[in-house]
Amino acid sequence: MPNDKKSQKIVDIIQNAARKHSLFVLAYGTGCGAIEIPPTMTSRYDAERFGIRGMATPRQADVLLVTGYLATKTLKRVIRAYEQMQDPKYVIGFGSCTINGGMYWDSYNTIKLLDKYIPVDVYINGCMPRPEAVIEGFIELQGLIKDGKANGATKYKENIDWYRANQKKVIKNWNMPDYNW
Amino acid sequence: MDNSIWISILGFLATVALAFVVGVLYGGLVRKVTARIQNRVGPPFYQNFFDIVKLYSKTTAINHGWMQHLGPALAITASVTSLMFIPILNGQGDMMWFENLNFKGDLIFLLYMMVFGSLGMALGAGQTGNPHSAIGVSRGLSQMVGYEIPWVLALVAIMMQAETTSITGLIDYQNANDTWMMFESPLAFIAGILAMLGMFHYAPFDVPFAPAELASGPASEFGGKYLALMMTSGSIMAFVKLVLFVDIFMGGASNLVMLLVKTFLLYMVPVLYGIVSPRYRTEQSIRYFWGWPTAIGVLGVLYVVFIR
Repeated sequence: MPNDKKSQKIVDIIQNAARKHSLFVLAYGTGCGAIEIPPTMTSRYDAERFGIRGMATPRQADVLLVTGYLATKTLKRVIRAYEQMQDPKYVIGFGSCTINGGMYWDSYNTIKLLDKYIPVDVYINGCMPRPEAVIEGFIELQGLIKDGKANGATKYKENIDWYRANQKKVIKNWNMPDYNW
Repeated sequence: MDNSIWISILGFLATVALAFVVGVLYGGLVRKVTARIQNRVGPPFYQNFFDIVKLYSKTTAINHGWMQHLGPALAITASVTSLMFIPILNGQGDMMWFENLNFKGDLIFLLYMMVFGSLGMALGAGQTGNPHSAIGVSRGLSQMVGYEIPWVLALVAIMMQAETTSITGLIDYQNANDTWMMFESPLAFIAGILAMLGMFHYAPFDVPFAPAELASGPASEFGGKYLALMMTSGSIMAFVKLVLFVDIFMGGASNLVMLLVKTFLLYMVPVLYGIVSPRYRTEQSIRYFWGWPTAIGVLGVLYVVFIR
């Protein structure tokens, strides 16, 4: 396994260095957080300096950036996008809404903790986190990747029953295809 | 006899390695140049090497049918095959082993071979069933119909002028007359450069990929190793096109430094034009290629036939 700490051979070190410096981001713009992504990516804050680059399809992306609250309807799409991504893949939860529901904590149709449904590697707190904080979060993720600790995808595969049960608890009309990744 | 085979194999490996390194490096430099023009710092120039290593080390568990697996393989086959028919250096120095498989009439063969990769990609992308891919493929093939016409007219003009259909023959003609084809036959050169804008798919001719509207066009269902194969093949293909242009219009290059200078300056034409341009719609792009570039190409052919 690429992220197994015991077998960090020289190939893994090279692969982790390449993964660290090249993060293709699928920015899932829910809620108000989506407005912080354009300044992060464009000339003012220029995330491309760190090899962070936007990608338009989940097939090509490494990082799923969930920017804000998730209605149960949206959660279904996020899960579907996450499961279409190819290993190794990472999730960044962005803003208070993904941590504890934020200002939607007592809403009837939003989820509160994103980590119960898909494995989150890094949280960026704030309402809203500014582009500096977003870049800080990406650098945190790069550090985890370099040490081989960003193994949310393996955790998801091992505990798939727990995650599926949580997902099906909030998504009533579950008619999604099965993925054999 | 035995020795020459080994030299051929060495030449093959050296050529592919050179094309890969230079193509990927140019890709990174293009990103850097774009960033500087947009007043950003931009990624380091070796960023594309990181991207390719990372993509090759990703798992790929997508299955839409066997043509989807074959598409990127066909693309890279076409790139490497085209590369084999391009003389990298003009063979006057001691680097003769960079002339790989040239034969009489290879320019016409190349005309077909350079399209083959796109067709393979189109078949592969077509099978994924993603609507973005289907739209991207149809746009890409339509645009190809657009830029192939001025491109062929430019090649016909210079082939008639030098009375040869081989690339080495064209280089020899330019060296014998001590001139460059871009001065001998300027109308053909202009038509060729305008067609090249479309060939490189930079804005305003990035119609098939159209990041803002089509996800990433034909590639939208290809991730991981397939995307890495496509990036590798695209880098090699960019190098092929640049070296072909340098060979037939700018007299080839006698050493590697000259080759890098000429190809990089030539590459900046579509890149710099692309950075400051928005995107055409499909029919605008085709209408553009069938307008002035084709007219200039026809004039170039007439110039060769009647005046020279």
